[in-house]
Amino acid sequence: MSSAFHHALKIEEEVCTGCTHCIQACPTEALRVKGGKARLIAERCVDCGECMRVCPVNAIKVEEDDFTKILDFEHRVAIVPSVFIGQFARNIATRKIYSGMLEEGFTHVYEAEHGSGILIDLINKYLADHPGTRPVISSFCPAIVRLIQVRFPSLVGNLMPFKAPLDLAAISFRKKLTEQEIPEKNVGVFYITPCAAKIAAVKSPVGEETSPFNGVINMNTLYSKVFSVIKREEKSFCIVPEKEQLLPEEMEWTLTGGEARHIHGRCLSIDGISNAIEFLERLENGTLGNFDFLEMRACDKSCAGGILSSTNRFLVSERLHKRAEQYYIDKGNGKIFNNKTITLYKDYVIANASLHDIEPRSIMKLDEDMVLAMKKMQKIQKIKGYLPGIDCAACGAPGCRALAEDVVQGRARTSDCVFVAIKVKGGETMSQVAEYTEEIWGRNRFKNMLPE
Amino acid sequence: MKFEYLIEGGDFIRAGHASSDIKKILNQLNLDPAIVRRIAVSMYEAEVNVVAHAFRGVMKVNINPERILVLVEDEGPGIPDIAQAMQEGYSTASDKVREMGFGAGMGLSNMKKNTDILDIHSAINRGTVVKMTTFTKSGAS
Ligand SMILES: Nc1ncnc2c1ncn2[C@@H]1O[C@H](COP(=O)(O)OP(=O)(O)OP(=O)(O)O)[C@@H](O)[C@H]1O
Ligand SMILES: [Mg+2]
Repeated sequence: MSSAFHHALKIEEEVCTGCTHCIQACPTEALRVKGGKARLIAERCVDCGECMRVCPVNAIKVEEDDFTKILDFEHRVAIVPSVFIGQFARNIATRKIYSGMLEEGFTHVYEAEHGSGILIDLINKYLADHPGTRPVISSFCPAIVRLIQVRFPSLVGNLMPFKAPLDLAAISFRKKLTEQEIPEKNVGVFYITPCAAKIAAVKSPVGEETSPFNGVINMNTLYSKVFSVIKREEKSFCIVPEKEQLLPEEMEWTLTGGEARHIHGRCLSIDGISNAIEFLERLENGTLGNFDFLEMRACDKSCAGGILSSTNRFLVSERLHKRAEQYYIDKGNGKIFNNKTITLYKDYVIANASLHDIEPRSIMKLDEDMVLAMKKMQKIQKIKGYLPGIDCAACGAPGCRALAEDVVQGRARTSDCVFVAIKVKGGETMSQVAEYTEEIWGRNRFKNMLPE
Repeated sequence: MKFEYLIEGGDFIRAGHASSDIKKILNQLNLDPAIVRRIAVSMYEAEVNVVAHAFRGVMKVNINPERILVLVEDEGPGIPDIAQAMQEGYSTASDKVREMGFGAGMGLSNMKKNTDILDIHSAINRGTVVKMTTFTKSGAS
């Protein structure tokens, strides 16, 4: 299969020391060690970033567009998620943060969650119109969408067929500028992303032909830039035009529960990819009970826990909840400016809000052909019987079952298992065994193990 | 390919183990996801019925490229009137079973809906045999 799947996660070969942390953390078993380095199996990866969290040497990086790419456009729009604001301490005013962004080169800043009100109505209407589809699963988190495609193919039909608020925000803002007679090609819309999955989703969209974004800027990159601007210019900062504010519920949309609490019926909010997997398993087995809507986000604490967040996820959510409360205080003091731009483009946004069918692409099938798949499964069963079952990952695969599968698929040998090599293949010399292990873990890995 | 699972009456914690295992296997065999889901649902209902209503049982799954055959044989009270038991909402579930969240009387009709051929035989005070056949290509039934 050619790799049509764009991945934002990259392994830096020079940095990777070839340990087993990432291969065992990956929820789709997308990583193997070969030649002393971790390697990614492209079609399995969902860009959730779990590997990056556990890498002890920081060898896994999130690819990003060069920041200067924004300068290719005369009008440079930053679509910024509320969790970016949550990176900053509460005593830093939103306007100050935005002024830092303008200073860094953007010409417009627009919050990603302005479209959530429109989306809530769409989802509730969809639920009412499709009583046979239950539960409906949110398609907000792109890592969850991909996880369902590859690991839970029978559930793709449960995904809600709508784009995320950030896409709706981008669509409406682009429309607003082009209505001002600005040529489309002069408008660059950039998403400030808290996660890798969104980058992959922009570069190879699922369920839509093109993405409304011209590029993606990593949130941690922008955070350090803006933070230093703010520090530098304690007092004076550039003037941010008076602009509408996020409503409290929009501010909290990307936090856990932010979506589900607006949806009618029985809803659940699930964060963390292993929790999501547990629920999807139960749903597929028919043991979940009756739910109308499942909000699912791959990161613990939802987007506040995105891998490109520079601030602790608990702090980010606390700050956003506090900022949301501040809204009511400001409103009481008449300090709220709220003419929602997006409502002017509501019909246009709704007309462009749908996703096409999301295709299943199972990574579990052993073969397209069922007869061959059965043969392979029998072989896997047999090989598994030889293996020690301790899932040590010393073979470079995440566990014994994965190795058995790799062997049958022609990606590995049974003797990659050191125990098999030593014990079962008794006829082979120890130097042969050492050679096998060096093929997986690299020539230099074991050179310090013996005293001179 | 054949698989066999033992089911203990009253063991609600493990109920669903067999169907979840078979679901993984069918996914690996590249069976249409919609069919996998139907089989998983009907197997689970059959499994829970043994747990809820019988003493012990065995679930045998036979997979070939044309069809998936699930045979659930139990030792238990048996079903006196199968036609009545098949009706939606009919249930003799004990209070204990209801406390576990079962006993809506939907299991058998769910199984009927999700298999191509459902065959039930029962002998009072001996046990029940449930046979479910699902064809791998939709339309082959
Ligand atoms: N294996 C079995 N042994 C004995 N009786 C059974 C068995 N399976 C079903 N029954 C009888 O048939 C009735 C209906 O079964 P069905 O699965 O439709 O509903 P239920 O198990 O009572 O509730 P639910 O499946 O909705 O939790 C049961 O209440 C029970 O009386
Ligand atoms: Mg039942």
